[in-house]
Amino acid sequence: MYLATTGRRGAPPAPSGVRRRVPATVLALGTVSLVTDVSSEMVTAVLPLYLVLGLGLTPLQFGFLDGLFTGATALVRLLGGHAADRGGRHKRVAGFGYALSACSRLGLLLAGGATGLIAAALAADRLGKGIRTAPRDALITLESPPDALGRAFGVHRAMDTTGALLGPLAAFALLWATADAYDAVFVVSFCVGLLGVLLLVVLVPGGRRETVGAARGPLGLAALLRRPAVRRVTLAAALLGAATVGDAFLYLLLQRRTGLDATWFPFLPLGAAAAYLLLAVPAGRLADRIGRRRPFLYGHGALLLAMALLLAPVPDALLVGGVLALLGVFYAATDGVLMALTGPLLPAARRASGLALVQTAQALAKVVAATGFGAAWTLWGPSTALLLASAGLAAALVCAARLLPADPSHGRTPT
Amino acid sequence: MTARRLWALALGALLLLGGATAYTLRAAADHPSARAEGADAGFGLDGHPGALYFRDTASGRVARQDPAAPAARRVGGPRCDRFHAAGSTALCLQRRPGLPARSYVIVLDRQLRELRRMSLPGIPNRARVSASGQVLAWTAFATGDSYATSAFSTRTSILDLRTGYLIKNIEQIPLTLDGRRHHAPDVNYWGVSFARDDNRFYATVATQGHTYLVEGDLRKWSARAIKENVECPSLSPDGTRIAYKKKVSTDPAAPWRLHVLDLATLREHPLADPRSVDDQASWTGPGTVSYAYGGAVWSVPADGTGAPRRVAEGASSPVAVR
Repeated sequence: MYLATTGRRGAPPAPSGVRRRVPATVLALGTVSLVTDVSSEMVTAVLPLYLVLGLGLTPLQFGFLDGLFTGATALVRLLGGHAADRGGRHKRVAGFGYALSACSRLGLLLAGGATGLIAAALAADRLGKGIRTAPRDALITLESPPDALGRAFGVHRAMDTTGALLGPLAAFALLWATADAYDAVFVVSFCVGLLGVLLLVVLVPGGRRETVGAARGPLGLAALLRRPAVRRVTLAAALLGAATVGDAFLYLLLQRRTGLDATWFPFLPLGAAAAYLLLAVPAGRLADRIGRRRPFLYGHGALLLAMALLLAPVPDALLVGGVLALLGVFYAATDGVLMALTGPLLPAARRASGLALVQTAQALAKVVAATGFGAAWTLWGPSTALLLASAGLAAALVCAARLLPADPSHGRTPT
Repeated sequence: MTARRLWALALGALLLLGGATAYTLRAAADHPSARAEGADAGFGLDGHPGALYFRDTASGRVARQDPAAPAARRVGGPRCDRFHAAGSTALCLQRRPGLPARSYVIVLDRQLRELRRMSLPGIPNRARVSASGQVLAWTAFATGDSYATSAFSTRTSILDLRTGYLIKNIEQIPLTLDGRRHHAPDVNYWGVSFARDDNRFYATVATQGHTYLVEGDLRKWSARAIKENVECPSLSPDGTRIAYKKKVSTDPAAPWRLHVLDLATLREHPLADPRSVDDQASWTGPGTVSYAYGGAVWSVPADGTGAPRRVAEGASSPVAVR
């Protein structure tokens, strides 16, 4: 992967678009995300096993705990964004989120078998995740030159995904070495999480940034939505989100089509993550070169292709490889790219709130989409549901292509 | 970044990673490596008639308790996470440590010598052997195999030792629900219990948010739902009653209560244990059922009278071998 590893903060930007270094702060935030994701994915990988086998919770109780907080994080994200903008203290708010998630592992360790305490620990983890996301993404946009934002996000997401890939492997190695000592997984996850916080404190420059202007409304969201470009991006993101089939469904369809052994099921997301990891930086650079609207739309096109592939009569190997690769393209071309697209449309003082708004709209739309797809599957079976979803996504793509505003940073600096 | 900050970072990282390593090493030393242990020589199913076999929590191995001396426990069986035995056969579900979740199904003879071993994807949940020892069934949770949130999905397999025929997943059995053939992608089976003829069986089926008791026929390969809200059925030795988990509350912390159903009249009555038991009950006598609750094995009269009695501390998977 092409990555410049040095580059001091405040160094003059190199003139050439290709040679320019990724800002040191972005690399620092990427490192923090990498370490933090190792910590959190370790726990995610072992949690179902721990709760059901280690503690003897019933799957019913586990499902209840797991589903408890899904909606709440969306609102926490808005609060996190608002808090960061309000004092101009992105680093402090993000750091609080990272620290909260890290400490939640200690909560899991101390909870023993008490369901209420486990629920509290899981809630703290999700809360931390919700709080930190928008301030962190705002920091990336504030520290990067606008015309290299796509690559900055690509680098950050690639590092983040590296952590997500390493986490389950680390958990696997730990459980293997200690013969299922779940407490060791939690302690190591806690230590690694704290290391992430330490890295943030030392490596990421803090200090007060531009403070808010006149923020009206409870979170100043109304003022943001009064900007046509912000409104259009939010609407397009929500529309495409609502037409997205969740990965869990696609993996399940993949498993049904190929008769894959259930043991290998957990590896499907890892395959898609690997593709995402490889493609995040090239997709970001492409977005910088040709503008960010098109990659974002192409990414959803890749998802549409993946869905079509699941309906097509193709050999198993091609199906698995194709769907995982296309999912990787989808994530690489949409996740960071959407942030790179949105960032320049927002005033610096409302950056975190604006990014949180778009993320929240997208996340809530995806929850609606998952519920709808699940219902359609139950009512009409998987093939019909997939066909309907494909038609919906195609229609949403057409609408989004008209809705998405032109990239303001694109066109001025062709490279 | 100043040199001092860099040193602080290095020191902090060293401390954290050192702490993590130290804890892992200690944990590895504390947990003896879980080797696949077989049964001790001479430890078989030929103890006193009616002896209670169960999984000893401390060692993870199968143990025996004789009715004459309930205080004496002999631990000498194979390491199993779920255990059941009847007739000439024992069934042991054993989980391998680590990720991904993988387990073994081990078929044992009366001397608890290994006859057959198959790998089982997922987490072992229920194990049953028919009275003759000829037909076996087991259920595992398959993680990640569900499209609705992260709820678990179950896979139930049936093995016929007479023919060697293995049904990996009984999900495809034609199911009649409310008099109609039922087709749905979310059909899940668990908790099989066999009748004496080695052909009929009872099980739980869950679909679209409801659970049903199904009566199945292996030869005809068909199943029919006969009652709603019945989980983990266990057929009495005389074949007239079914002990099962009934969902009595929406509280996720305590949803169930054990009941017994009279198959002739379809009338049910709650058992004297009001606690939420999540286990497939086991008939340890003509009028007694046993089950695991809170880390111990308990017994309660099947007619709804009496009170629960703690039979073995630190135990699960009870089965009385005749």
